[in-house]
Amino acid sequence: MYSPTVLDHFQSPRNVGDIMEADGIGEAGNPISGNQIKLYLKIDDKAITDAKFRTFGCAASIAASSMLTEWLMGKTVEEALTIDNKTIADELGGLPPTKMHCSAMAADGVKAAMADYEKRQMCR
Amino acid sequence: MRRIYLDHNATTPVRTEVLEAMWPFFQERFGNASSIHLFGQDARAPVEEAREKVAGLINARPGEIYFTSGGTESDNLAIKGIAYAHRDRGNHIITTAIEHSAVLSSGAFLETQGFEVTYLPVDVDGLVDPNEVAQAITDRTILISIIHANNEIGTIQPIKKIGAIARQNGVYFHIDAVQSAGKLPIDVEAMQVDLLSLSAHKIYGPKGVGAIYIRKGMEIESTAHGGHHENNVRSGTENTTGIIGLGKAAELAAQDREGEYRNLIVLRDTLEKRIVDEIEDVQINGHPTKRLPGTLNVSFYGAEGESLLMSLDMKGIAVSTGSACSSGSIEPSHVLLALGLDPHTALGSVRFSFGRDNTIADVDEVMAHLPGIVSRLRKMSPVMEHQEQILATSPITNH
Repeated sequence: MYSPTVLDHFQSPRNVGDIMEADGIGEAGNPISGNQIKLYLKIDDKAITDAKFRTFGCAASIAASSMLTEWLMGKTVEEALTIDNKTIADELGGLPPTKMHCSAMAADGVKAAMADYEKRQMCR
Repeated sequence: MRRIYLDHNATTPVRTEVLEAMWPFFQERFGNASSIHLFGQDARAPVEEAREKVAGLINARPGEIYFTSGGTESDNLAIKGIAYAHRDRGNHIITTAIEHSAVLSSGAFLETQGFEVTYLPVDVDGLVDPNEVAQAITDRTILISIIHANNEIGTIQPIKKIGAIARQNGVYFHIDAVQSAGKLPIDVEAMQVDLLSLSAHKIYGPKGVGAIYIRKGMEIESTAHGGHHENNVRSGTENTTGIIGLGKAAELAAQDREGEYRNLIVLRDTLEKRIVDEIEDVQINGHPTKRLPGTLNVSFYGAEGESLLMSLDMKGIAVSTGSACSSGSIEPSHVLLALGLDPHTALGSVRFSFGRDNTIADVDEVMAHLPGIVSRLRKMSPVMEHQEQILATSPITNH
């Protein structure tokens, strides 16, 4: 059902946790009744220098979150915003059709974290 | 890695005695049981013996047993068959919110055909109130269909009480006994059941074969038209190997049921106690005592069911979960939601279902891994931050 990459990221997820002084925090999913991700980003000079996550969800959701944080590392803010569910699924060696919403949640997490980052920049 | 199977409510391995009983009918005694010649007659007699064995399991008469392809077909035949044969009498069907999808989907289909279906609620333990069944009956009601023992939580319904209500009101009564036949005592006479669905592969028989009991003298519309097999109720060449396998499985189940029941209770209760003692923030779903002996459904707050399942699978332990990803989201089990669980708690649920091959060493093996798996997923989860908020919405957290 799952690709070896999905199983690897599920079994040994990268970058689980939070960042104390994050520059952007994004939450996506459904906090009351479904999958959810909380994504923390450290951004220096418009480039992502650290990414961490916490996720509640199926194996695909956890693997997508883990893969996402690896993919984000070193990306610029503009590059990060190009992420979508298909990119994450491809990086994972594919996802079953019923699991595409899990990678979509991870991508939504990036958008939410970036929106939070922009807001914080304006408040500075 | 040792592999441990704790998903016997999904399916069971075929017992050696069953396989040996089936074996001659693939090649040597391959005849069509409906043929008049000797080849056919050589297959007919064992099919009729199997019918007697299945009838014996539920105290029916052999002539009231019809072989089908399994539980789903039997449920469909019972519900649609009664609906179409008796629509001149009424168009109302009563069932519950915790039925197997074969019943729920048959009901939903009939709703598109002008029938009305009442889905009765259940209490926090999953029990239907017989008084609510009685109150739901109208002069248009033709059928009551109730799951005897629920596949996800194992709760056993008060079938005898509901049977008496159905009989008093002149309404046909079907029970889905796919999880209970061969595991619990069933007496269709004492329970006043008119139709019953059962399946072979839940009781160490082969997949793809089951039976429906239809009380003698009842009219039912066939859902498969063809030859005159199974007294015109269910056309199609008799699945002799499967039927003989079902017969043998039924015979063995009747013989071993009480001993197995006692063993399963010990295994299930040991695991239940250890989970409650060794893992925080868990909830046992289903009735404390009126429950299938081998079934244990547990919610682990903050950890999601499929992740728990996958983590256990990586340790060689096979379980199941009611939560499943549909096209757009993750869906909690309809059964757990009907108990009143909040969606999040329902999503964190796992079912362990024991069988005759399990031992206490399997419980030890599960508990060697489960606390660590739950803890790992909880640490990964943002849900624990919201836990108080979620638990505040759950009506049965102290259950």
